[in-house]
Amino acid sequence: MNATASGWETVIGLEIHAQLATRSKIFSGAATAYGAPPNAQASLVDLGYPGVLPVLNREAVRMAVRFGLAIGARIARQSVFARKNYFYPDLPKGYQISQYELPIVAQGALDVVLDDGSIKRVGITRAHLEEDAGKSLHEGLGAFTGVDLNRAGTPLIEIVSEPDMRSAKEAVAYMKKVHTLVRYLEICDGNMQEGSFRCDANVSVRPKGSDRLGTRAEIKNINSFRYVEKAIQYEVARQIELIESGGKVVQETRLYDPDKGETRSMRTKEEANDYRYFPDPDLLPLALDEAFIEEVRAGLPELPDEKAARFSSQYGLSAYDAGVLTASRELADYYEEVVRAVPREPKLAANWVMGELAAALNKENLEVGSGRMPAARLASLLARIADQTISGKIAKEVFEAMWAGGESADVIIESKGLKQITDTGAIERAIEEVMAKNPGQLADYRAGKDKLFGFFVGQVMKATQGKANPAQLNELLRKKLPG
Amino acid sequence: MVHRNSLTELAAGLRAKTFSSVELVRAFLQRIEAAQPVLNAFISITAEQALAAAAAADRELAAGRGGPLAGVPIAHKDLFCTAGVRTTCGSRMLDNFVSPYDATVVAKLKAAGAINLGKLNMDEFAMGSSNETSWFGPVRNPWNTDFVPGGSSGGSAAAVAARLIPAATATDTGGSIRQPAALCGITGIKPTYGRVSRYGMIAFASSLDQGGVLTTSAADAALMLREMAGFDANDSTSVDAPVPDYVAELDAPLAGVRIGLIKEFVDEGLDRENELRIRDALKVLERLGASLREVSLPNLPRSVPVYYVVAPAECSSNLARYDGVRFGHRCQEPRDLQDLYRRSRGEGFGAEVKRRVMTGTYVLSAGYYDAYYLKAQRVRQLIAADFKRAFGEVDVLVGPTSPTAAFRLGAKTADPITMYLNDIYTIGANLAGLPALSVPCGFVGDLPVGLQVVGPHFAEGRILNVAHRYQRETDWHRRSPERFA
Repeated sequence: MNATASGWETVIGLEIHAQLATRSKIFSGAATAYGAPPNAQASLVDLGYPGVLPVLNREAVRMAVRFGLAIGARIARQSVFARKNYFYPDLPKGYQISQYELPIVAQGALDVVLDDGSIKRVGITRAHLEEDAGKSLHEGLGAFTGVDLNRAGTPLIEIVSEPDMRSAKEAVAYMKKVHTLVRYLEICDGNMQEGSFRCDANVSVRPKGSDRLGTRAEIKNINSFRYVEKAIQYEVARQIELIESGGKVVQETRLYDPDKGETRSMRTKEEANDYRYFPDPDLLPLALDEAFIEEVRAGLPELPDEKAARFSSQYGLSAYDAGVLTASRELADYYEEVVRAVPREPKLAANWVMGELAAALNKENLEVGSGRMPAARLASLLARIADQTISGKIAKEVFEAMWAGGESADVIIESKGLKQITDTGAIERAIEEVMAKNPGQLADYRAGKDKLFGFFVGQVMKATQGKANPAQLNELLRKKLPG
Repeated sequence: MVHRNSLTELAAGLRAKTFSSVELVRAFLQRIEAAQPVLNAFISITAEQALAAAAAADRELAAGRGGPLAGVPIAHKDLFCTAGVRTTCGSRMLDNFVSPYDATVVAKLKAAGAINLGKLNMDEFAMGSSNETSWFGPVRNPWNTDFVPGGSSGGSAAAVAARLIPAATATDTGGSIRQPAALCGITGIKPTYGRVSRYGMIAFASSLDQGGVLTTSAADAALMLREMAGFDANDSTSVDAPVPDYVAELDAPLAGVRIGLIKEFVDEGLDRENELRIRDALKVLERLGASLREVSLPNLPRSVPVYYVVAPAECSSNLARYDGVRFGHRCQEPRDLQDLYRRSRGEGFGAEVKRRVMTGTYVLSAGYYDAYYLKAQRVRQLIAADFKRAFGEVDVLVGPTSPTAAFRLGAKTADPITMYLNDIYTIGANLAGLPALSVPCGFVGDLPVGLQVVGPHFAEGRILNVAHRYQRETDWHRRSPERFA
């Protein structure tokens, strides 16, 4: 449904939870690695044992500050940890340590490129540090529920946007931008299947032109870009339909069911917990000095937007290509490694990285960093195109052979005899043979059927197994065919 | 008759091989067993482990090794976690809880060579001023067993007063060390907030709780505290400052020391006889060269209401972990999750704990937070500021520890407010995070009363010095209940 066209405007804000890539938990020394047997990575602190106390992991603080600086936000010189109180079996202490009134990061923004090429600025109200909860397990336990506290205490930053997005697509574009950024900053592995990066979407609708916000529903815990888009689209349609049929949207928490493709009510505002936030007396206010913040700033990598701009100017790439190549730090690094080996061919390198390589990786569901096709290897192939040993077309054949086996481009070109023919005499001989074999076509061409030029290119290429240098071939054909 | 010795004397005697640690431990265990049916001071007695540890201490001592407390018997309030030994917090909720780890205080005293003889009775989760809220039954005052020993460290105080043990760890959230010290006629110090690690000390109200010690003298308290205090990386609120040698500071002269009597503490609630004992004690200090003046802390009378907002608020959250899921009491055959929570907590906690959890939940609730919790925190700041101003004029503040001597068991259980007013003079130091102690300064009838000394932050050395010089001039701290002579 196109909400805008129907006279309604959609308003979306996202709360993104990104697990920080620290080795140990935010308030204990237990490891954070994913996939350990249940409760193997839960220390007494994570289990909420009597008498234990939290000790803040400085690395988590550093990561939150990195994020804050990257979005141009205000870094709080003093922030406060607060307890969010509620009972749940996967919350061992009966409260979650979070930040409430004074978060570590506030008032930042991210620029998002939309499909039409325009740039949208999305405000980020705040980003705060908190601990993740554990997981309840239901499978294979009969009437019981199991509790796995390995995840309990894993550091998170919750990134809260302003209600600035106006469509599901904008929301996804923003979420992807945050996803790219946290991986650039190496503060989150971005693994959405394992729950390292997930979001809650606040969705409301209002009549176009209205400046008052409609009543919102919060869709909890969505862990893929596709689901975010679908959940929001469903929710927007549901709310509009509800209002148009005389109903009212109620403030509530909803869950997205990806199998049914719908959202359903989890609890209403009246049923919502009163979290009774108050400053955690076990943790002193977190004070950050200028020196620390400046040290973190100095350690920031080149950020996606800066990198894309540099790629455009340094390598002469289009804004689109620069955007694609900087979508992840690994891809950008890979591209630059290729370019370093063939410095005069940045455009060729871009085409190959985004084209053949991306397609091949995609087919096998691999990442660029997988080592399947090291940059130096791809570069050696591109060097042969650049020095005209092979044509671009032949290069695709060589690439396939390289992908299938371990041989170098040069060995493949040599053993398969794919070297380009650049000897004018040899190409001329091939042209003459083709002309002799096709007198009819030659006569037609000379009578004015210009289109047959392509026929002759093809025939000569066929005769040379595609190895004739295309530019030379064109030039010689133009000379010879007219007679 | 080793039990007549002070902790300091026992430590010296062990070094001089006057007696062995095994002999000491046996002697004290005998006294503990004999007194247990009368006083109910202990929840657990760890005789076997204690004797094994004593034998090990004797080997160390024989080899000329061992820490400053090598072989000395002590006992812990039952909210300090002790590895492999039941830690109940005086609650049915933790009746079955065996801690997998040692609290930092327990580990430090162990490292200093002290031998733990058991776990001491206390008000449930340290909530109480008479030791009548314990799931394990009330503790009785050794001076008169119809009377309460004070609380919440009632077991610790009664055990030390009856000379069942020369020293006991304790905790003080609103007076839980000083008030029972006063009511049992012994010495008790609550250090500066952050001076002693809270790691492994089961929390009641985290911003107020502080571990300390009960002994028969200030000198013994100095010796114990020196071993207990210090920075702990496991407690973010512990303070990274060196621990002075409190023992070395004990004898400093009091000439020129400025003492301030807190005007607000000499109020209509203070028993007249008790006031006279305090005034006598102040004369002793003046005789020693200290100057005395009256100092006003106008916001201090607000301590009780502030405390009964802040402490329950923190307790309501701290006690949420007792849900029957991972440890502690779990109800039989829960029907579902809500039933598990309701019955486990309903059965596991006693009435006073429930009252405070409910009060705390209420004051933190949406719509009430500003009016109660936030306002209480503001008044807390004012009280801290009063103390700060006062310490610009004087070196230490003094006053009564408790309005009256011990009261009869059951006398105040029906009215929580009357009970809460017992801590009216002690709560201020907790709200401001200040070190404070109580020393015995005489009797009202046959029951002891205490003089309270409060110092600026980290002035434990100074208040112990004042107390010690006072005890050099008086013998109140040497008196012990005849029944346990």
